[in-house]
Amino acid sequence: MEHKNINVKLKVWRQKNSNDKGSFETYDAKNISQEMSFLEMFDVLNEELIGEGKDPIAFDHDCREGICGMCSMYINGRPHGPWEANTTCQLHMRAFNEGDTIVVEPWRANAFPVIKDLMVDRTAFDRVIQAGGYISVNTGNAVDANALPIDKAKADAAFAAAACIGCGACVAACKNSSAMLFVSAKVAHLNQLPQGEPEKNTRVINMVAQMDKEGFGACTNTGACEAVCPKEISLTNIASLNADYAVASLTANK
Amino acid sequence: MLNSKIPAGPLDTKWVNYKNSCKLVNPANKRSLEVIVIGTGLAGASAAAALGELGYKVKTFCFQDSPRRAHSIAAQGGINAAKNYQNDGDSTYRLFYDTIKGGDYRAREGNVHRLAEVSANIIDQCVAQGVPFAREYGGLLSNRSFGGTQVQRTFYAAGQTGQQLLIGAYQALERQIALGNVTQYSRHEMLDIVMIDDKARGIIARNLVTGELERHFGHAVLLCTGGYGNVFYLSTNAMGSNVTAAWKAHKKGAMFANPCFTQIHPTCIPVSGDHQSKLTLMSESLRNDGRIWVPKQQGDTRKSIEIPEEERDYYLERRYPAFGNLVPRDVASRAAKERCDAGYGVGTSKQAVYLDFAAAIQRYGKIEAGKRGINADAATITQMGKDVVKEKYGNLFDMYAKITGEDPYEVPMRIYPAVHYTMGGLWVDYELMTNIPGLYSLGEANFSDHGANRLGASALMQGLADGYFVIPYTIGNYLADEIRTKAIPTDHPAFAETESKVRDRIHMLMNIKGTKTVESFHKRLGKIMWDKCGMARNAEGLKQAIKEIQQLKNEFWSDVRIPGEINEMNPELDKANRVADFIELGELMCLDALNREESCGGHFREESQTEEGEALRHDDKFMYVAAWEMKGDHEWQLHKEDLNYEVVKPSQRSYK
Repeated sequence: MEHKNINVKLKVWRQKNSNDKGSFETYDAKNISQEMSFLEMFDVLNEELIGEGKDPIAFDHDCREGICGMCSMYINGRPHGPWEANTTCQLHMRAFNEGDTIVVEPWRANAFPVIKDLMVDRTAFDRVIQAGGYISVNTGNAVDANALPIDKAKADAAFAAAACIGCGACVAACKNSSAMLFVSAKVAHLNQLPQGEPEKNTRVINMVAQMDKEGFGACTNTGACEAVCPKEISLTNIASLNADYAVASLTANK
Repeated sequence: MLNSKIPAGPLDTKWVNYKNSCKLVNPANKRSLEVIVIGTGLAGASAAAALGELGYKVKTFCFQDSPRRAHSIAAQGGINAAKNYQNDGDSTYRLFYDTIKGGDYRAREGNVHRLAEVSANIIDQCVAQGVPFAREYGGLLSNRSFGGTQVQRTFYAAGQTGQQLLIGAYQALERQIALGNVTQYSRHEMLDIVMIDDKARGIIARNLVTGELERHFGHAVLLCTGGYGNVFYLSTNAMGSNVTAAWKAHKKGAMFANPCFTQIHPTCIPVSGDHQSKLTLMSESLRNDGRIWVPKQQGDTRKSIEIPEEERDYYLERRYPAFGNLVPRDVASRAAKERCDAGYGVGTSKQAVYLDFAAAIQRYGKIEAGKRGINADAATITQMGKDVVKEKYGNLFDMYAKITGEDPYEVPMRIYPAVHYTMGGLWVDYELMTNIPGLYSLGEANFSDHGANRLGASALMQGLADGYFVIPYTIGNYLADEIRTKAIPTDHPAFAETESKVRDRIHMLMNIKGTKTVESFHKRLGKIMWDKCGMARNAEGLKQAIKEIQQLKNEFWSDVRIPGEINEMNPELDKANRVADFIELGELMCLDALNREESCGGHFREESQTEEGEALRHDDKFMYVAAWEMKGDHEWQLHKEDLNYEVVKPSQRSYK
């Protein structure tokens, strides 16, 4: 529980709106408790900026417990900062030392245009889900849940893929801005469950087509996405997407 | 004036009879009926998906960048359902009974029984959607137990149940969007209800990216906007969670019921300093395996692991032997506060108690060793035990370690109660309609099912019950009479007038140009509420709180500073709008708490307790829903809806 206060220098991307060119600005964050979360440090800085009559830094955040997927800062060249399997909101100032310079940028990807400062537009992800990231079942009298036993290993694997929070760190980390980890996680979640089987082929074909249409880049299997994923979504999902895609292309005549 | 519209007949036939006799809308007519849904959490997303499937024209709104971010996503522990898969004596009646008792006899029997009836359908529906619930090796669904019950009826997906359920509902919603039945508006905030001929007919929404005001028509409007716990500033709610939509409805005449019923969750990570922006919950499911204790000696400064077993006070096990660490949340929270106030608290702030897994680790380790048939040494047993605990609660332990810098596998967690859920909310009848025709409220935003205290794993159940299985029936009963109402063009004078009022208020806020930040007002409001309308309340404190809040309101409207412009992304302006509403709500909560001179559930009036310090109800005077009607600035009129218990016999709640 031992902690101290530190001073750090922040280089933050400022951009008034999507049409503005944007640039870095430098701020001193003084006397920051290491118990603070990274976003709480931004809160403190913003309060100071407002006090000085300046415009506070806009950033996305909501649950602040690492599950909603809203926070999205590219910190010192890494989405969500230095800690493994972590979101920006769960990053704490213990990760930094006295005198550090911290560079903070928004997600960079053509498919994620900047709205303001560190906020980007990730609605492309919603449209990819609309293309097939669901099981077509209407609300009503579904059969008894235990009428369909599912092998525990499969259920666990589907759960691991479904843990994706849709934050977009995978896209931000990728040199091609590919969304393959995100898309493959959803395909893997649904395609390996018996409930998802009937739409297996159309799902993978349509979601990949929408991903391309949104302007995400191609996957070259460098694995940068997996390395920064806050929920440790595995690269093997991409392999299974590719397998499903190959089968679907060969068998589907749609 | 208040008609709860509970159907006549025996309790277990009410919902069946309702469904058999309510009006229906034919498919062709559904296509020309428009429904607006505000909020896309479990209640909103499930309602929008279900109504879209039925063929209604639906518009959904959320302030986040995607409907998938709604705060339902953060629910950890699980969802209850009366499936009785464990053969441990569960039934629809028992779930109903536990919920009524857990709510300390301040909820409606009819609503709660319906909730218990549809609970099983929710699990079936979610599994059909591909929600990956935890399973046993045989491939069947797994259950665990939760506070306030003696059966295992909680379904879960590790510590991410809310996330998985919300993703299921979100995917169903996205499917309807793809099919063209639903139009989604993200980064939009509802700022007023448009009333035409005394019916809710639409909304004014603000596009948070451009700052533009928009008009949207609907034959009905559904508020699925969650709870108002952020009135306390520090809570387990998301930063953006707010009361604004519900409050606008209240100002338009919708009654606000039982606002003082707030749930303080016993197991949250304690406050670490003034910079704290929110509090993080550690799931109630941890109380299945964690033992809660404080030192027997006041002001003990030794490290937790240096305190020998016999010098530890497992106060929940001591006080409540029947339920032990699994007493309901309100009881567990007050017991923690009692120990800390008496000087037994731990950690630097002394405002914390221990939640210890050492015994569970040993127990699980020995079971594992037994299963594998090995004669393991102590270190191996400990390691195997840790592995089991990791599988059950790994994500929660990781979260704790990140926030506190301590390893909960080695030392006990430090926890303290924090604001988590609000049982109060917009008054609704059995059909989930507020007292404004055409205006509905679902999920945490309404007041209906949890009485004075919500049991764990019941919020997800209620949100999805309301959205998937209740509103699709009840809304038809209203819209059947609206089939002749053509969509009203949004140049109607009521839209213009409402929009101009919204615009005036935004300009007024921006033109204050004072000296204090929005955040500073919110913090001050939170402190007043926590100190005087928190875990323990008394008349004197509440009266003082009302005065302080009124002063705070004046100060806010004369001295708040909002930077930036109106017509741009301006999070400070969004927040100012919300905090202004929280301030008004805070006053009403204190008023309600002052009026209710009894203790029940999460509402503990110090003047009303048993000799043992337990909550003491006064059924003779307060067995009613307090529904408040706004009459003017700082002025409300109380309407009472009497609660009639036909089946359950209210008694002093006991978990001993």
